[in-house]
Amino acid sequence: MSTFYFIAFLSIFFSILVISAKNPVHSILYLILTFFTFTIHYILLNAQFLAIVNFIVYMGAILVLFLYTLMLINLNKESEPVKPFMVKIAGVFGGGILAVAVASSLKLMGASNPVLLQNPDLGLVKNLGKVLFNEFLLPFEISSVLLLSAMVGAVLLATKEKEPKAA
Amino acid sequence: MESLTNTMHAVPLNHYILLSTIIFAIGVMGVLIRRNAIVIFMSVELMLNSVNLLLTAFSVYRGDATGQVFVFFIMALAAAEVAVGLAIIVMIYRNTNSIDINVLNRLKW
Repeated sequence: MSTFYFIAFLSIFFSILVISAKNPVHSILYLILTFFTFTIHYILLNAQFLAIVNFIVYMGAILVLFLYTLMLINLNKESEPVKPFMVKIAGVFGGGILAVAVASSLKLMGASNPVLLQNPDLGLVKNLGKVLFNEFLLPFEISSVLLLSAMVGAVLLATKEKEPKAA
Repeated sequence: MESLTNTMHAVPLNHYILLSTIIFAIGVMGVLIRRNAIVIFMSVELMLNSVNLLLTAFSVYRGDATGQVFVFFIMALAAAEVAVGLAIIVMIYRNTNSIDINVLNRLKW
């Protein structure tokens, strides 16, 4: 039980570091740590398939993509823009209001039941695969089309034009 | 693994909702206070992940595997979104030599 609170504290701590780090590379490294704590949350919930997918897709693929883009862009120190102080205060205030609103409405609901795992093999690959390929077969196939179109779109957007426009 | 999940049995659902809310709010703050487009993108990823965690917690709470399948779809969506978004950022950088989102205010009209 206390494992959850420790990992939750780490998640919040690292996600605050993500948005407050000056250097974008440090932000990405803290984001990796945040996603690692999320993987531990999934393991604690016994969602083993999601833990592995989170580990591979987020920490493996997406963050490598972020790092590659950042290195491609080659940010310098002077190119890091800073917002005015008042805008920062307003942004933190707005986000804090959102958190307080949800938390107070949660308090009105009163105490909740604990999260109990009734079925121990709920999050295993076998069980999830049965649900995925019976009830959600059509969305699964459509998501393959989505990934293909995203791949084509990304290549189309990121390739340079052959001849310069202003020549 | 059995002993690991047995230690979890006392966490109330409200605490999962609270954790997800806090991380979602941190993501919103990140979008609002940063001007670097890549960091804003990372804040969006943070928000997606907090929702994923909440969906998984509800799925375990209800004993229904549908929530975890939805998390899987959200991850596929996030991968597609990141690929297209980073391509757009690279293109913006090539055209303007900066990833400050304020240079994009010419898109307003």
